[in-house]
Amino acid sequence: MLKTFPKGGVHLTDNKITAGKPIDNLPVPPTVTIPVSQHAGAPAEVLVQVGDKVKVGQLLAQSAGFISGNIHSSVSGTVKKIEPATDSSGFKKPAIIIDVEGDEWLETIDRSETLITEIKASPEEIIQKIKAAGLVGLGGAAFPAHVKLSIPEGKKAECLVINGVECEPYLTCDHRLMLEKSEEILVGIALLMEALNVDKTFIGIEKNKPDAIEKLSVLAKDYPGVSVVPLKEKYPQGSEKQLLRATLGREVPAGALPIDLGAVVFNVGSIFAVYEAVQKNKPLIERVVTVTGKTLSNPSNFKVRIGTPVINLLEAAGGVTEEAGKILSGGPMMGRALTNTNVPIVKGSSGILVLPDTESKRRPVESCIRCGKCVSICCMGLEPFLLMALTERNLTERLEKEKVTNCIECGSCSYTCPSSRPLLDYIRQGKSTVNNIIRARKK
Amino acid sequence: MSLLKVSPSPHAHGEMTVKQIMYSVIFALLPALAVSIFFFGFDALRVSILAVGFCLAIEWAIQKFLLKGDVCITDGSAIITGLLLAFNVPSNLPWWIIMIGCIVSIGIAKMSFGGLGKNPFNPALIGRVFLLVSFPADMTTWPLNRFEQLAHPDAVTGATSLGILKEGLKKGESLSAIFQHIPSNIQLFLGNHGGSLGEISALAIIIGGLFLLLRKVITWHIPFTYLATVFTFTGILFLINPERFASPIFHLVSGGLMLGAFFMATDMVTTPMSAKGMIIFGLGCGVITTIIRVWGAYPEGVSFAILIMNAATPLINLGFKPKKFGEVRNG
Repeated sequence: MLKTFPKGGVHLTDNKITAGKPIDNLPVPPTVTIPVSQHAGAPAEVLVQVGDKVKVGQLLAQSAGFISGNIHSSVSGTVKKIEPATDSSGFKKPAIIIDVEGDEWLETIDRSETLITEIKASPEEIIQKIKAAGLVGLGGAAFPAHVKLSIPEGKKAECLVINGVECEPYLTCDHRLMLEKSEEILVGIALLMEALNVDKTFIGIEKNKPDAIEKLSVLAKDYPGVSVVPLKEKYPQGSEKQLLRATLGREVPAGALPIDLGAVVFNVGSIFAVYEAVQKNKPLIERVVTVTGKTLSNPSNFKVRIGTPVINLLEAAGGVTEEAGKILSGGPMMGRALTNTNVPIVKGSSGILVLPDTESKRRPVESCIRCGKCVSICCMGLEPFLLMALTERNLTERLEKEKVTNCIECGSCSYTCPSSRPLLDYIRQGKSTVNNIIRARKK
Repeated sequence: MSLLKVSPSPHAHGEMTVKQIMYSVIFALLPALAVSIFFFGFDALRVSILAVGFCLAIEWAIQKFLLKGDVCITDGSAIITGLLLAFNVPSNLPWWIIMIGCIVSIGIAKMSFGGLGKNPFNPALIGRVFLLVSFPADMTTWPLNRFEQLAHPDAVTGATSLGILKEGLKKGESLSAIFQHIPSNIQLFLGNHGGSLGEISALAIIIGGLFLLLRKVITWHIPFTYLATVFTFTGILFLINPERFASPIFHLVSGGLMLGAFFMATDMVTTPMSAKGMIIFGLGCGVITTIIRVWGAYPEGVSFAILIMNAATPLINLGFKPKKFGEVRNG
């Protein structure tokens, strides 16, 4: 029996059409737009001025607070503008726009492909290097990595859990990394085990990636304490809480963090970035992005410089045709619909998905027939139909009691509803109202 | 592509629709209908067509002229109500009684609450119970099926097995004497006995029910708990006194239990949402059905049991919620 989380979840058609496509380097674009807020927490403080010459890897903006992250230049060239630019959320946020000239890297960065397995850095140095490199979670939430590695007082890290689930349909960037950078990922794991002083690591991978499971299992034999946990395919297993339940068999208490179970969770993409930051001195200036969709002639996995406009990726993948209706940043379940194709790739971009027009429209909403399917698939044990009804009636006290704030917004309820009711739209609204009330109460 | 479409996630949708669910249920009712036509002939078809037709017409008229809103009779729910109502009446029921049943089912039990999804009680059962208390004679004289007619050429109507049992016990007859007038369990299972037209064959209903389970239209919780509760409860009574109480197998295959357990107690609209709640619902249906069958005035208690538990559903929904993730520490 393969492990999985027991409560709720849905089985999706995985549509991993780019699973067999090796990671390809996307050419450096003529201009990049680098937002100063690519992470959860405070935006970084800009250090450069318009007209400054910058090199690849140079610090552009400095972490402003504990939960924040450094931003580095992904190209060499001249800072053209520092002004708000539209990002994938559709809002304008401060960004540094650079005209590319050549490709000149800082000399401190080791650009060779040589694998460095020897760990020279002390635990403190490892965390320091990760922080300096502006590393954030690459799975989507973009939470600053050094914060996860700074264990709060009174808590103790006991194990590291690596998220190689990639449960969103279509996305394959983590899958390709696990295949092509397996050794680097294992060195990255060793580095974090050293930094956290833990002796156990579990790599959770769903069984639709047998080659990755196979390869990492074989290589992990040389790394004591590291084991691969094959998981049954089920969405949303890539969610931190569901992944911990599946791999460790324990539930993160409501309102608590993984560290309360003694666990630290990193995505495979982040682990690769840890390797590059510590062993190669390379800040987070590029990442793997899956560009996919049934209407693209050349769906691919690209290694992309941060700040590259989405349109460049789409053109490299064969271009957007007339059939396209919606372009998403991320997968179909949790991705964001883009308002234009000039928005930049940021640290948290895992994929660009083009949906055909026929799949872009929602079906008409019908009456709730109280079938209970939303209740049975909710992986957080909530009652989506009830949360929607309470939000419609603005009953915020009941909403709080029914734990609307526990919702992880995986979208399984809206996906499953036979009446196509916009459950998650309402739940988000109710959740945000309740969160505001809770915040106001604390003041 | 002129403009990009934008909406909040999720951007994908599952296959299942309300229509699919409804037409799966209709499809699952067909074996029982076929058996009914086999045993009762054209009359079974007549009642079914009339009931479905009346239900559709009444729903259409109410949506069009009273509510003046969208007409959505094609969603299939009115067809199910019509079929289930037909399945719950004798096959010789006059057309005007069927019409009254449909008016009550659709007009009162469903549309007056706001239509599909908003009715607290199972519409077909409300219609059936209304007819049972309004026209007790017409509703409890069941025509003999074609084989019974061959065996008893002089008789026209007969009672159901449960009716024979209740009558016999009232007169103080012994069980073994009573059971001489009741077909064997295997005949009951196959459907060769008197009764309302759709409830006679446990086998046909189980086939339809399994189809719904496989299609994931219904879950096992309610039918299984319902049947298991009746089996256990009547089984205990049978073990205490086999001379006074009928066997649990007989209870499973007689009356409207199978039809109720698979098709009416599983009505999504009127039953609890969570798995725990569904188990409580099934348990309650089982207990009430048994109590009415064994000690009640009516020989059969399935309709009343389901309606009573329908009434309890909002409370069950409040009291038996799913366990929330992370609410018990390290559970």
